[in-house]
Amino acid sequence: MSRFVLAQLKIEKPGGSGSCVADNDFCPEWIAENLDRYWTPLLEHLFLTIVPVVIGFAIAMGLAVLAHRRRWLTGPIVTVTGIFFAIPSVAAFFLLQPITGLGYTTAIVALVSYTLLIIFRNITNGLRNVPAETRDAAVGQGLTDRQLLTRVELPMAVPEIMAGLRIATSTTVGLAALAVFAGAGGLGSEILTDRYFKSNVVVAGGLAVLLAAVLDLALLGLQRLLTPWQRARA
Amino acid sequence: MTKNTAHTSGPSANPTPAATLEFRHAQKVYPGSGEPAIQDLSLEISAGEICVLVGPSGCGKTTAMRMVNRMIDLSDGDILLDGGSVRERSPAELRREIGYAIQQIGLFPHQTIAENITTVPKLLGWSKDRQRARVTELLNLIGLDADMAARYPTQLSGGQRQRVGVARALAADPPLMLMDEPFGAVDPIARARLQNEFLRLQAQLRKTIVFVTHDIDEAIKMGDKIAVLKQGGVLAQYATPADLLMYPADKFVEDFVGADRALKRLALQRVRDIDLWKAALVRPGEPVAQARAKLADADLPIAMLVDDENRPQGWLSERAFAGERVTSDLRSPAEPVADLDDVLRDALSDLLSSQTRYGAVLDARGAMAGVLSLEVIQQFLHAPPTEARSGAELVPE
Repeated sequence: MSRFVLAQLKIEKPGGSGSCVADNDFCPEWIAENLDRYWTPLLEHLFLTIVPVVIGFAIAMGLAVLAHRRRWLTGPIVTVTGIFFAIPSVAAFFLLQPITGLGYTTAIVALVSYTLLIIFRNITNGLRNVPAETRDAAVGQGLTDRQLLTRVELPMAVPEIMAGLRIATSTTVGLAALAVFAGAGGLGSEILTDRYFKSNVVVAGGLAVLLAAVLDLALLGLQRLLTPWQRARA
Repeated sequence: MTKNTAHTSGPSANPTPAATLEFRHAQKVYPGSGEPAIQDLSLEISAGEICVLVGPSGCGKTTAMRMVNRMIDLSDGDILLDGGSVRERSPAELRREIGYAIQQIGLFPHQTIAENITTVPKLLGWSKDRQRARVTELLNLIGLDADMAARYPTQLSGGQRQRVGVARALAADPPLMLMDEPFGAVDPIARARLQNEFLRLQAQLRKTIVFVTHDIDEAIKMGDKIAVLKQGGVLAQYATPADLLMYPADKFVEDFVGADRALKRLALQRVRDIDLWKAALVRPGEPVAQARAKLADADLPIAMLVDDENRPQGWLSERAFAGERVTSDLRSPAEPVADLDDVLRDALSDLLSSQTRYGAVLDARGAMAGVLSLEVIQQFLHAPPTEARSGAELVPE
């Protein structure tokens, strides 16, 4: 509660753009003066996106490789991660608090659970879309199961895996805005603090959109770097 | 029974001697299926030979091939590679020793041509320098530019991809190659070219090759020996192409080989392989009596006018013999002529299309070597190709 009060006080401090702020308009001058205060929430938000995606990718990769070897596991894994995916995020942030308390841990656990289905599905599809003749040629030349996976199947699945990572990352940027309910900060906490002040909402929301776009572009660049063969045409 | 008799008749470009291969009562029964896919298959393949497995779809030819490198495991019996059972080998290690090329090629799209070719050398731990040198050597061997090495498979034509598939199978210089319709994915013209190229390569490399196809013409062209399989992987006949065409073991083989098998046999032979007729060679101005004596001694009733080098000028008419000395009265030109090295089928085709009974055959210098006639070809088709056998009345009239 004290944060709310503090914020209210801050806004009522008369600045150079006093009347604009008082009228609750969109105030470029106020934004220019107060941009500094978004820096920490932005970094928190970046942290709340990258860490869950990286952990989610690691877990989903493990699960996908497991399901690739034992096909029957695919159904149960999709069901369980599907349930995680269906839990409303705000509910998840509150439900986890008795176990993990307030803070990053709760937020990250919840956010990881949302990435699993998306990334798992894409890795599985990518591995499954390797043509039978490619697999046959690989095995016929004496690649072991592990070599088949690491040298042929996974590299060929990179475009689909990266597509999954991009969706998961954009989704996580959006969901991380709600991590404030788990007490994990981020841009969502800035929005909530002054949620009736237009300029604040626009800046905090805009930064989240910008973050999603930048991360998406970065992943796209990485994908192009990893798959020169996709651009090669006669 | 099968010893390590791999021979090294190839040039020094082939340091690995070709292997022998033997199917010994090999059998494959898939679980849940009453009928065996392969039933008691026994055959021996000599080192350096191409053995073609041919048959209609479902005859088990691909299954038989895939049992060799344990892509499919034997149910019973054994397969011996250079006398050693494949059942005792680790599958991955065995496969690295056996070249593998399939119809769909299965190049890795995410790897360059060079990386594709060095798949097995990489697995065998070759040094980077040795891999690079091998890529250059193989691209040269299959007639692709060296700058293809850095391209990706999507940047190549179908024929180029098939060649790379073969190069990849050859990469580690395996003593045995398995090829499942390796030229199946290209158009007929490109296929013929790839077949010819491959036969030329094989003449240098002398690999032992198991070659699977459903196409009897390809089998006849490519095979040193042909194994015809029928439903259930039963070996119907195992013979050289000529023997297969001349003496089909049963109705099944006869039907499979096709009604035109006599013509196919002609495609396997050259003009020099058959007993040509002897013609009367007469020079202008020669005494008629002498010319008539030559005619009496010849196999055909008309004489060929020749020059001093015995080069044919044309077939003489009766009028040329009217006087004291032979004149140059021709009944027909010397054409068509065939070379001793021509394929018999082509020579016959020329003969038929020019509506003559006789065709002059020339040696390398252009001089008369004999005469080809429809009768000569007929006799050839009735005669056994390699050994005399009785009761073979197989050639249609």
